[in-house]
Amino acid sequence: MTSSTLIKSFERAKEDNRAALLTYTVGGDPDKKTSLNIFKSIAESGADIIECGLGHGANIGDGGAIQDSTYRALSGGIKTDDIFEIIVDFKKDYATDVIIMTYQNKIMAYGEEDFLKKCISSKVSGIICVDWPWPLNLDFAKKCKENNIVFIQLLCPTTNEGRLKSILNDAHEVVYYISMLSTTGQKLKVSSDEIKKRFNLIKKISPDKKCIIGFGITADTINDFKDTDACVVGSALCREITRSIDEELNPATNVGNMVTDLKQKLSS
Amino acid sequence: MKLEKGIPLIDQHDENGYWGGKFGGNQIAESLNYPIEELTREFQKLRNDETFIAERDYYFKNFVGAPTPFIKLDNLTKHLGGAQIYCKLVSKATGGAHKAYNAVVHSLICKRLGKTYIGGDTGAGYAGKMLSMAAAKFNLKCKIFMGAKDVERQSINVFSMRSYGAEVVPVNSGSQTLVDAVSECMRWWTSENEEAHMCVGSTVGPTIFVKICAWSTAQISREMKKQVMDEFGEVPKDMKLINCVGGGSSAAGFWNEWIDYDNIELIGVEAGGPEGSSKHAAPLTNDSPIGVLHGATQYVIQDDQGEIEETDSISAGLDYPGVSPLHCFLKETGRARYTSASDEEAIEAFQLVSKNEGFVSPSLEPSHAFAEAIKIAPKLSKDTIIVVDSCGDSAKDSKIIAERLGYKI
Ligand SMILES: Cc1ncc(COP(=O)(O)O)c(C=O)c1O
Repeated sequence: MTSSTLIKSFERAKEDNRAALLTYTVGGDPDKKTSLNIFKSIAESGADIIECGLGHGANIGDGGAIQDSTYRALSGGIKTDDIFEIIVDFKKDYATDVIIMTYQNKIMAYGEEDFLKKCISSKVSGIICVDWPWPLNLDFAKKCKENNIVFIQLLCPTTNEGRLKSILNDAHEVVYYISMLSTTGQKLKVSSDEIKKRFNLIKKISPDKKCIIGFGITADTINDFKDTDACVVGSALCREITRSIDEELNPATNVGNMVTDLKQKLSS
Repeated sequence: MKLEKGIPLIDQHDENGYWGGKFGGNQIAESLNYPIEELTREFQKLRNDETFIAERDYYFKNFVGAPTPFIKLDNLTKHLGGAQIYCKLVSKATGGAHKAYNAVVHSLICKRLGKTYIGGDTGAGYAGKMLSMAAAKFNLKCKIFMGAKDVERQSINVFSMRSYGAEVVPVNSGSQTLVDAVSECMRWWTSENEEAHMCVGSTVGPTIFVKICAWSTAQISREMKKQVMDEFGEVPKDMKLINCVGGGSSAAGFWNEWIDYDNIELIGVEAGGPEGSSKHAAPLTNDSPIGVLHGATQYVIQDDQGEIEETDSISAGLDYPGVSPLHCFLKETGRARYTSASDEEAIEAFQLVSKNEGFVSPSLEPSHAFAEAIKIAPKLSKDTIIVVDSCGDSAKDSKIIAERLGYKI
């Protein structure tokens, strides 16, 4: 069901001779209605997969731009159920896959079982949990699998080869490669070639797994990753939401324009 | 859940780093897995390395000033008219608090790791002050993360950090207190861990940081055990050890050597906040829900959405919504008892102790511990020995206390 649609999204991009484009924005930023409009606009602008942040105030992985978005959503009173409602409303009209990206305490507070049930009924395709590393996440990952939800394991530049192999061995159809040691939203501090070298290593070990590349990718560098499976742009979009709010412009329109541009750069 | 005898508390976790199979762990981003594994290996090696231990002891003795005094508070005992009250005057450690032990050990480890850059969090400013102090001594570049609210209210310690050449980074997110400083410090380390070492300022964070910190502050009870034997000739039959608990590093160190003595009562005092306020920083006392904060599972003050709630305490050092997994474990096994004292009780305790004893002038954190001693001592017999860890000196709090008491300094 959902996991297979997710794989199809990657495959469609491959048929287009490009990597899939994933976006990351924080659900509920700046409010429920605008956030839904942002997702719709992102989908219409050609993103292949939408990552929806279920923001956590005490996050330990987010840089300034995403923290600002998270803060806006949370201080606007956004709750976990609101995020699911946004996703349900979105999925009524759009087939684009939605992945939830969050922190473990959000899942714990909601209750693991309830969280999964809600993901299923909201047609969520995958879950990324930043602070729930392998192998601690294996029980939860198994439950996801049983319900056709892809639990996306994270890899990074300092994941040594032994660990890399073990994680890939347990991983579901999709993994996520954190391109550099940093929080989100910092300048890319390693070369695109170096990132692709690690990407190729991952693909050599697990040719069948789709690998998303994330962290530090912007319009300037996205074309470098054209030949990979997928890449995520997040902080740049969150920054665009902030700018739109500050300048009293329409965030959905502006984020959509940015996604169109990214898609074009990824396709050219 | 069971506490084992004869095994150090810091080693009573399972292979995933959980005490009692439940508290602690390494719930961290993948980017921190490697440095944490590296640090875990290095620490395991160093704690069995005689030259490292000798080096630690040399700095503890000659620079931090071990042992700190163990003294009887005759006037306070007489005033309260019950149990005999003693004090472990840890505030005599160089810099004015127990944070010196962890700072020295982390700086030494940093050097052994071949790193020249160290960063840390701070609340009351003591952890930051001591880390800056040690970093200056050991020629390490140093960066301290501190909530903007704490930078303001603990400015005396900020002055020290800057004098020692550290860069102090005010953290403006969230409640602008310790919780946000620790988050920001971990984010910094996520980016810088190839070049830099991180010191977590209390017994919180991923398992290895809990262990290193408690291993360091254990100096307090190691030296005190000798002092107790000198004073009483034996371990007293009825002894109570009272310590404030923020993250829990001071209490963990003060209790470490005594955990196997069932007749010794361990009492931890959390921050109750302003009287009538519900923003206590007392997750153990109030049975807060279990959650994940800063990489570890613990009792943590949070709402039904898993968002960490703001706490409010007059004492910056105790103003933290989570608590060490070690204390969660000690609570769950029934080995220690936890309670809280309000801001007002802490201020009163500060006044009473300072006026009666002169040589002891506790900062707001240990004033919480004294508040509990003051509450229970009158009801106890003179055969009961109460020892309070006065783990911080009041100088840093002079502005806050004077303001409360209505005079200007
Ligand atoms: C003097 C003093 N006591 C206690 C604490 C609380 O920390 P912990 O519970 O880790 O000892 C602090 C923290 O800054 C402190 O400065």
